[in-house]
Amino acid sequence: MHTVLSSASKQVIIGDDQPFCIIGERINPTGRKVFQEQLRAGDLSAIETDVAAQVAGGAMVLDVNMGVPLTDEAELLANAVKLVQSLTDTPLCIDSSVVEALEAGLGAYEGKALVNSVTVEDERMDLILPLVKRHNAAIIALPNDEFEIPIDPARRLELTKKFVDLATTKYGIPIEDIVIDPLAMPIGADSLHADRTMEAISMIRDQVGVNMTLGASNVSFGMPDRHTLNAVFIPMAMRAGLTSAIMDARTPQVVTAVKGADLMLGHDEWGAAWIQQHRAKQAAAATG
Amino acid sequence: MTPEEILKGLFDETLVGNAPAVLELTNAGLGMGMGPETLLFEALIPSLEEVGARFERGDFFVPEMLIAGRAMSGALEVLRPLLAATGAETVGKFLMGTVKGDVHDIGKNLVNIMLEGAGFEVIDLGVQVAPEKFVAAIEEHSPDIVGFSAFLTTTMPMFKANINALEKAGLRDKVIVMVGGAPVTQEYADAVGADGYAADASTAVRRAKELLKNRRALAKA
Repeated sequence: MHTVLSSASKQVIIGDDQPFCIIGERINPTGRKVFQEQLRAGDLSAIETDVAAQVAGGAMVLDVNMGVPLTDEAELLANAVKLVQSLTDTPLCIDSSVVEALEAGLGAYEGKALVNSVTVEDERMDLILPLVKRHNAAIIALPNDEFEIPIDPARRLELTKKFVDLATTKYGIPIEDIVIDPLAMPIGADSLHADRTMEAISMIRDQVGVNMTLGASNVSFGMPDRHTLNAVFIPMAMRAGLTSAIMDARTPQVVTAVKGADLMLGHDEWGAAWIQQHRAKQAAAATG
Repeated sequence: MTPEEILKGLFDETLVGNAPAVLELTNAGLGMGMGPETLLFEALIPSLEEVGARFERGDFFVPEMLIAGRAMSGALEVLRPLLAATGAETVGKFLMGTVKGDVHDIGKNLVNIMLEGAGFEVIDLGVQVAPEKFVAAIEEHSPDIVGFSAFLTTTMPMFKANINALEKAGLRDKVIVMVGGAPVTQEYADAVGADGYAADASTAVRRAKELLKNRRALAKA
């Protein structure tokens, strides 16, 4: 299954026979006070630094979230999308829980975007999926409904099936444009959270076969040495069937772990990318 | 064991989250005739305060906070009926819920554990709690503080809706309102007219105690 995203001039494919798709997570003001204040004042300059760092770090898609309370999120997101597209040809993931913001972001976007996200709630699907269809975008769906965020992997599979069925039949979204986020939860809150997520991933891979992504950094919330935990978790989830993750592409430890996992899982023939990355590092060290 | 050893043991074992030892020491202390409020206010609560302080400094992590809270809860189950019988002033009653439209609860549950650890009686209404349900629960339980949790920018406006519902029901002045959740900020809390906000579970407890202290001081004045 191939989920194809694009900007005006570049295409990225998410798929189980492709190198893992790294979606950079940093263009997001949640928990960043200075960035929030800048955005509230209409100052988007910090985005330039974030874009450059993520792309240099290996991001293949960039998540853009402008969820600043007490602002016009729609206008902000549309402006941010335009700005990011002027800085890079990396396709974007347009991220908001505000439908008007998604609409404005998609309207401003050139290419085929990924939308983050919809839940398996009738009301949300009714608002978001026609928009996704109209803009010919791809959509990330979270397998939670209006009652709960399910802990049980079987329930996450059930909601995934329900979503895929409704999205393809009722809303006419092609199955390859559906990316499921099987929910990464903090390992610090429950020692079985990561295992359950990986079980959900393998069930969805085997029984539905769609592409999947995760807000992978969630897994290490509240723990020391988060980078190591993320670098361990993502390759394990990849083995279970995860094909992309929303993650911090500025962290070499995590990105390198993903590249190593690509090689181990047969997505880097003869280790060409791995070796090339090694040479690039050597060259950088020699000139640096 | 001496009473001092019981108190020191309770403090130390709560700090490392050793639930069976905490329960055993609690029962041993009561068996020796120590008062429930002594065990609570001189060992358990100070221990959880230390957990919170270490967490805020970055020396303690989420699982350590969780197991310390759990150890404390085990002791509280034994102590609570005894404390109620003595008529001692309780730390406070906290009514908690994730707002309507939102089903996120990991952060809320962490805050609950730390509140219980600080001696609060916590009534958790769960997720998807509608304004009228908060109103009914406040009328039923008369909490000192009500906490609204939201994880999404789209569900945060429910804070205001809840506060409006409290005003309409004539309850706004009877209860302290605290709000929190990943996207929430102090500015947002101020804008909706909440009394308090905190960015993490440990700070939330400190803030809750401060607010309650101020409220009680005002009531006495």
